[in-house]
Amino acid sequence: MIRELALVDVYFLLLALRWTIGLTLLALLGGGAVGLFVAAFGAARNPVLRGVAMVYVGTVQGIPLLGWLFIFYFGLSIIGYNLPPLVAATVGFSIYAGAFLGEIWRGALVAIPKTQWEAGLSIGLNYIEQLRHVIIPQAVRMAIAPTVGFVVQLIKNTSLAAVIGFVELTREGQLTTASTFQPFSVYLLVALMYFSLCYPLTQYSRVLERKRRVLH
Amino acid sequence: MSYRFQFRDVFAQKEAIADGVLVTLQLSAVTIGLGFLIGILVAVSLVYGERWLRSLARVYVEVIRNTPLIVQLFLIFFGLPGIGIRLDVMTASLLALTINLGAYTAEIVRAGIESVPKSQIEAGVSLGMTQPQIFRHVVLIPALKNVYPALSSQFVLLMLATSVVSQISAADLFHAGSIIQSRTFRDFEVYTVISVLYLCLTLLMRGGFGLLYHLVFRRK
Repeated sequence: MIRELALVDVYFLLLALRWTIGLTLLALLGGGAVGLFVAAFGAARNPVLRGVAMVYVGTVQGIPLLGWLFIFYFGLSIIGYNLPPLVAATVGFSIYAGAFLGEIWRGALVAIPKTQWEAGLSIGLNYIEQLRHVIIPQAVRMAIAPTVGFVVQLIKNTSLAAVIGFVELTREGQLTTASTFQPFSVYLLVALMYFSLCYPLTQYSRVLERKRRVLH
Repeated sequence: MSYRFQFRDVFAQKEAIADGVLVTLQLSAVTIGLGFLIGILVAVSLVYGERWLRSLARVYVEVIRNTPLIVQLFLIFFGLPGIGIRLDVMTASLLALTINLGAYTAEIVRAGIESVPKSQIEAGVSLGMTQPQIFRHVVLIPALKNVYPALSSQFVLLMLATSVVSQISAADLFHAGSIIQSRTFRDFEVYTVISVLYLCLTLLMRGGFGLLYHLVFRRK
């Protein structure tokens, strides 16, 4: 049924925006957990662990996100679970975010000079204590700006979950278009909503980056 | 698990796959060429432009970098006809991808240009080089060399991102996937094969860009 684009559509788009944010948070949670392992493996001394991290990152970053979403969407149903798109999307995005976050965090870990480790050792800290009190606090400061930058990428990329039928902002935009036949206004509105979510984060990431440069 | 994987049906559709690979490569090549050009122009505007030009370039970069590619694509393909501009699938895809890549490239090249120390430019001036000579040999080429890794991985990401155009039925590799899927109903197998092909393209491109670096920036 065709009807006019009304305020209620804006309201529905805003409701769908919650799922964009929700999926981003889920992906950050899952991707963060995966990313910790990827970073730890990637910064390890053991070449086998490093190799595993490298292959993981290379594979995930070498396949389009759409590919991962479809693989998990259809793959999980083969194993016999008829799961809602939310689960497939969460798994797909966690795998994807894990590789990028892992690479960012590994970079931060490796960038800490060896002398910092040695300084920790020389005042009698063991490996875990060195990590906890010396390395991680510095690495976190270094990684935070690119991590926020990646969150922006993630928010934008959750729009691809629309293609497996997960109703977030972009999918809701498609649905609204189908009922109002006003794609130009609808997608402009959708773009505006993404922009108002992403732009502040982009600016924040820039401020963080500048602060870090001043510190070093 | 009682599922039997059947890849044979998928491999039987090799013509569709080959066509898709070709379109993906063409889309990527044209987009990279045009996007790179736009990126340099916008980067130059960002650094050297008059105030109004600088603001305009900034708005372009920020709007594109803070909205999803698929929404930009939908806006161009489904939205523009609403205000009287009708584009065919390929033109819309190319336009969306190029506009998108241009913004990302601009930001990378800008960082490169700003990384060139002032003293280098002064050295150029003192050697009696003209403005265009300085820009070309002292600023742009070293700038591109500095940001080459970021630039080339952006281009690889672009190749992967072209898969999004399948959503407006452009006949790229990912779209070949959905065609084969509707012929064979082997969802999982199809998208596994397609994904592995993208992985191969990525590895090829990374190798190619590595080689190109040595060819272009060989002399110190």
